[in-house]
Amino acid sequence: MAKAHANEHDYHLVEPSPWPIVGGISAFVTALGLIIWMQSMGDGEGLFGFSGPWIFAIGVTSVAATMFVWWRDVINEAEHQGHHKPVVQLHLRYGMILFIASEVMFFVVWFWGFFDAALFPDEAVQVARTEFTGGQWPPKGVETFDPWDIPLVNTLILLTSGTTVTWAHHALLKDDRRGLILGLVCTIILGVMFTALQVYEYAQASFPFSGSIYGATFYMATGFHGAHVIIGTIFLTVILFRSLAGHFTSKQHFGFEAAAWYWHFVDVVWLFLFAAIYVWGAGTPAVH
Amino acid sequence: MAGKSAAAGHHDHPTGLKRFLFSTNHKDIGSMYLIFAMIGGIVGVLLSIGMRLELQEPGMQYFSDPHVFNVFTTAHGLIMVFFMIMPSLFGGFGNWIVPLMIGAPDMAFPRLNNISFWLLPPALLLLVISLFVPGPPGGFGVGAGWTVYAPLSTSGSPGPAMDFAILALHLAGASSILSAINFITTIFNMRAPGMTIHKMPLFVWSILITAFLLLLALPVLAGAITMLLTDRNFGTTFFDVAGGGDPLLFQHLFWFFGHPEVYIIILPGFGLISHVIATFSHKPVFGYLGMAYAMVAIGVVGFVVWAHHMYTAGISLNTQAYFVAATMVIAVPTGVKIFSWIATMWGGSIEFKTPMIWAFGFIFLFTVGGVTGVVLSNAGVDRGLHDTYYVVAHFHYVLSLGATFALFAGWYYWFPKITGYMYSEFIGKLHFWFTFVGVNVAFFPQHFLGLAGMPRRYADYPDAFAGWNYVSSVGSYISGFAVLIFLYGIYHAFSRKEKAADNPWGEGATTLEWTLSSPPPFHQFERLPRIK
Repeated sequence: MAKAHANEHDYHLVEPSPWPIVGGISAFVTALGLIIWMQSMGDGEGLFGFSGPWIFAIGVTSVAATMFVWWRDVINEAEHQGHHKPVVQLHLRYGMILFIASEVMFFVVWFWGFFDAALFPDEAVQVARTEFTGGQWPPKGVETFDPWDIPLVNTLILLTSGTTVTWAHHALLKDDRRGLILGLVCTIILGVMFTALQVYEYAQASFPFSGSIYGATFYMATGFHGAHVIIGTIFLTVILFRSLAGHFTSKQHFGFEAAAWYWHFVDVVWLFLFAAIYVWGAGTPAVH
Repeated sequence: MAGKSAAAGHHDHPTGLKRFLFSTNHKDIGSMYLIFAMIGGIVGVLLSIGMRLELQEPGMQYFSDPHVFNVFTTAHGLIMVFFMIMPSLFGGFGNWIVPLMIGAPDMAFPRLNNISFWLLPPALLLLVISLFVPGPPGGFGVGAGWTVYAPLSTSGSPGPAMDFAILALHLAGASSILSAINFITTIFNMRAPGMTIHKMPLFVWSILITAFLLLLALPVLAGAITMLLTDRNFGTTFFDVAGGGDPLLFQHLFWFFGHPEVYIIILPGFGLISHVIATFSHKPVFGYLGMAYAMVAIGVVGFVVWAHHMYTAGISLNTQAYFVAATMVIAVPTGVKIFSWIATMWGGSIEFKTPMIWAFGFIFLFTVGGVTGVVLSNAGVDRGLHDTYYVVAHFHYVLSLGATFALFAGWYYWFPKITGYMYSEFIGKLHFWFTFVGVNVAFFPQHFLGLAGMPRRYADYPDAFAGWNYVSSVGSYISGFAVLIFLYGIYHAFSRKEKAADNPWGEGATTLEWTLSSPPPFHQFERLPRIK
């Protein structure tokens, strides 16, 4: 890193990188592939002579590969090249908080859709809706889940995982590598348990995804949350592998913190889903 | 390896195609945004001229099918908003100028900055493909307007064209969210030592506020169009009444994004106009803090006025009353800005350079559009004017004229800094006068057409509307010609190669970008400037 006249600031001027344009092209392939796939569903014959999910799969794989090499570069810059001075770490904190803020607004949409239907199932001006819902929420004929069954267990699982990730954080702050790894392993196991129970619950559902506003709001809200749980679990798994590889110090471990923040965000979204859709939105659940 | 590439990044900077394709430099990325916006703008202008050709006379002239006219309307709107104004004012000038103004060497996340750009060409490509694939039964493309209301965009447009448009918006939205994160982080953390938030240039303020609007509004659009996508392809019934859904839900979600979006379009213009007016009046801007917080107020209130786009959609009277009141409140901070610009000029030693002329044009046109906005904010008046050419005239005065005039003011103001060459004052002013006359001839008569009851999004009209439509079309051709003058002006400046001084505007230009060479070095501020 011999330089004629060194910068007198701590900012990180990143080297040119091919990943952004590769990511842009991958996003295009994903979008195109998704449309081709959607056009091949049912008795569709695809588009532009292509059909099936293959182009979409190639696109998603490329996006994932781009993310992998991109973050590999970031980790190298942080761990081995010393580019992440305190001010750069501050940037990353701001970036993650703002990203989570945009995610919050994304979930607002699904709650908006849910409350639009659940609070107003019997408006006088919405004759067709009232006919469909029978003027009540949940709509007539929908047998909802008992919130105090699997959903309660899932709530407890996520709340527990929030404590185990905090355990891992405190261990990291005390340079206790074993505690860090144990805490992360517990959090990941709890995350996987949540996803498994959610899949199990979906399989038990008596209401369909399509054709009903109940299914639409329920599955899209909990489904996007589930996707975020999976993303958060992957994030924590990466952090686990990095911890095993000896990354992070008690002073510098933003990657860990970002994963923990994301996990807490996912947890909080679940609490709102649980309270709004499962408990309040269940009406009087059927007795099992 | 590391040493070699580090040196390449800092001194022998990357060259050729790699310099741009793999760029992590805010100025190069800003230039790509500006070029991309020019391409978007030219396509958008051609589409609008196509529409005005059809509307020049009653009857159907050029379009065999009125649906194709609506496809033009839709593509014109989406391209101008997402692929012309946003990439130029926010992406282009934001990238180029914000780091220079705050005394930073680059953006906070230079690599992220590049994917914000490289998501836009795929998005535009998806939108262009949408024009050529089946849309509604028997037709091609999306003809549902830029608002893509359900059920016109669901059961009304079963072909894949709408899916292409939806995913184009997803990519453009992701691009904007990422660049919003980047700008907020940069502005909060990378200001030069001594530049407190209350010493920050107004253009930086405007980009900061715009970035917050993008961050909070675009995820809502993403969710709304995801609902459209699943309703169309996977059988959900968010907007389908037969399954208990609600088409109004889409309008609420769309406009919860859509109204902040119009401030996203105009706020960067507000910021840069303040610099242009102060520079060429040789006075500091009047009421700096009031100007800054007026933009904050516009941004905040802009989030709670969305249903004024939906007065005729069946929302309750109480809801309408609230949205009338909230909408009118926005006129207050906007008035603060207009009066402060005038007060900045008051008693100043005004220089009639090209950027200043565009700034005058901006104030005049934006005020006209703002005033018709107050008219339209009345739910009662809107009963008669909703979806007429009065609305078209209103939002073109604030956006296509307001924002675009601000864009050209910024273009001529920073052209010497960005390119290192002086533009020709004569060509710049010629460009201004042709545009100013053209757009006023095109859009002012549309007020009369709207008041007379001519609805928007129709390819044909009764003979009674013929006169003003003819005038409007002539105006559109004049503005189209002005675009050629603009392009010639760029060619002229680049072939004449008249070197620009570091600060061509003299003592009125006080922000940090004028302390650098023109064009600035590949990496500026290796030693951070200190602000007293």
